[in-house]
Amino acid sequence: MREVDRRSKYDRRVFLKGAATAVPTVAIATSAGLTISDAWADDATTLTPATLKTLVKMARDIYPHDFLADSYYITAVKPWDGKAVKDPAIKSLINDGVIRLDQEATDRHKIPYVQVPWEADRVALLQRIEQTAFFQKVRGDLVVSLYNQKEVWPKFGYEGSSAEYGGYLKRGFADIDWLPKA
Amino acid sequence: MAKFDLNDSGVVVIVGSGAGGGTLGNELAQKGMKVVILEAGPRVENHEFINDEWDSFAQLAWSDMRTTSGSWRVAKDFPNLPAWIVKAVGGSTTHWAGASLRFDEHEFKTRSTYGGIPGANLLDWPITLAEMKPYYAKAEDKMGVTRTNGIPGLPGNNNFKVLEAGARKVGYKTVHTGNMAINSEPRDGRGSCQQIGFCFQGCKSGAKWSTLYTEIPKGEATGNLEVRPNSMVIKIEHDQSGKVTGVVYADESGAMQRQKARVVAVAGNSIESPRLLLNSASNMFPDGLANSSGQVGRNYMRHMTGSVYASFEKSVHMYRGTTMAGIIRDESRNDPSRGFVGGYEMETLSIGLPFMAAFLNPGAWGRSFTSAMEGYPRMAGMWLVGEDMPQETNRVTLDPKAKDKFGMPVASVHFDDHPNDLAMRAHAYKQGAAVYEAVGATVTYPTPPYPSTHNLGTNRMSEKARDGVVNKYGQTHDIKNLFISDGSQFTSGAACNPTLTIVSLAIRQADHIAGAMQRKEI
Repeated sequence: MREVDRRSKYDRRVFLKGAATAVPTVAIATSAGLTISDAWADDATTLTPATLKTLVKMARDIYPHDFLADSYYITAVKPWDGKAVKDPAIKSLINDGVIRLDQEATDRHKIPYVQVPWEADRVALLQRIEQTAFFQKVRGDLVVSLYNQKEVWPKFGYEGSSAEYGGYLKRGFADIDWLPKA
Repeated sequence: MAKFDLNDSGVVVIVGSGAGGGTLGNELAQKGMKVVILEAGPRVENHEFINDEWDSFAQLAWSDMRTTSGSWRVAKDFPNLPAWIVKAVGGSTTHWAGASLRFDEHEFKTRSTYGGIPGANLLDWPITLAEMKPYYAKAEDKMGVTRTNGIPGLPGNNNFKVLEAGARKVGYKTVHTGNMAINSEPRDGRGSCQQIGFCFQGCKSGAKWSTLYTEIPKGEATGNLEVRPNSMVIKIEHDQSGKVTGVVYADESGAMQRQKARVVAVAGNSIESPRLLLNSASNMFPDGLANSSGQVGRNYMRHMTGSVYASFEKSVHMYRGTTMAGIIRDESRNDPSRGFVGGYEMETLSIGLPFMAAFLNPGAWGRSFTSAMEGYPRMAGMWLVGEDMPQETNRVTLDPKAKDKFGMPVASVHFDDHPNDLAMRAHAYKQGAAVYEAVGATVTYPTPPYPSTHNLGTNRMSEKARDGVVNKYGQTHDIKNLFISDGSQFTSGAACNPTLTIVSLAIRQADHIAGAMQRKEI
């Protein structure tokens, strides 16, 4: 069977073009073996870096994939800053939601959410706010903004668009070799 | 290409260009009738289709506001998206998977076969399988259905091979790569399937039949058919005698136009078609057009659906090749000893990673969900599609508050599963899991129904005017020059996918309309 190459296809030369091209750049940084500094959140205009970092931790706890570096979660949640710029209601939804989440964490663990060390404890905090508009909005957005990143697809063994390669007629549409004989 | 005048009162106006409307338009044009098809969506040609689920959804899906209610899970997870259908020339024949199956004889006679089922509004169709057979044959030839007319079956992909091996192990007998309106060899000016996948996103190669690049250009070539895209019909008008005289529609610029007509045929799918009749209410017809029975919008059916995905130790790559790559038919019989009437089909299905995330278990999160997602390349999948019970209270109505950009009330879709639907789904989940477990599935996922793709029954066919909206030719009981030409005519839904029957009915209806026009009856 033709297996899918799980390595990123992205060229490291594209890296360092600047933060404006946020989407693939962050992902490339990781695949190129470069460390992402905390600086990624510093160019946020409306949400604070601390808020964005809370959203990243929250994103990983909602959809934890240990083979995905933070860069993919950053790519998924960073657009909230732009949305908050345009819409004050979004800004307060996010800010108030993070305050509430940190309050839940402080009440139980005496530390903010991002510092709670075990995932299971953080998940328990998320379950307490699961029915809030804040959580629903973040999760509903994330299910697209995380899984719809083309850079993520090869890591899940998904190949994306195929028509430009002539489909799968000669590329393994019927190459399964492990089934028991009928 | 033809261009007809807005004041030409000799034309047949068809609302919608999908399986029903697109087929009817071509059939009438071939017979020399003048036809105007008004299509709400844009004309997107097949080379413009996109192999990307969300981008394609934005390109093709009907995403205009709708509302929902009822106990079905779609109302909770996708409250403004009751149906996953298309707003573009070709309608949902751009999106469909291609499965082309005939009804069984008993599926035209559900009231006589199943008897009285509490809560179900069952009725026999006013037509029989024997009457439909010649039209099924014409439709299969037109669409190039595999395993008919000497057309070979498609080759099975990995997803099918898993299904087939499991089916044999559990003892199923009728298992093959389906009766598909997808070319397994070049035919009718179109090439053969390249196993691209993305059948739901529009077939870029054109191997899958769609009215977009078959019926519609053929009709246009006669000089008798004009298709106007981006033309949303908002009202059907009538005269003092109660005959329809034309339609009012919003053109590409949003300006209102009035197209006169000798005959109007409505083929906007089972949510928009009743909405248009209801929105066309007048002093003479205060409950909406063709609604003396009160059945317009009622008996909404969406098939008992659900999916089973299963993960294995080794790779499957189910997304490679045709989306609906094969079928198990053994459960499609009517065998009440299983605890329900009617039957269901088991058909392979695959969705890409983005839609798997959205549909596997909407709203779910955490490690149990992400563990399932990480099994994606090792997954096989099937769709379960079976007959659901028509219920009067499952219904498309006009939303009392929400309006579209033209000020017209939007459709509101209410649906509750019938106990028979629930019993059938439970059985289907169990059998689907058994198929995969027989060949080593390590985990199976009974996946809830997606937003509806098979929308049926909201203008149903009946022998008597009091029981339904249209007669055996899709002609409304109340208004003789007003027809319904889509799946909303269905009196019952049968176990199988509806498109072949919609196309067959449209071919038959074209004969009837042409004859009635020649005889000056309409």
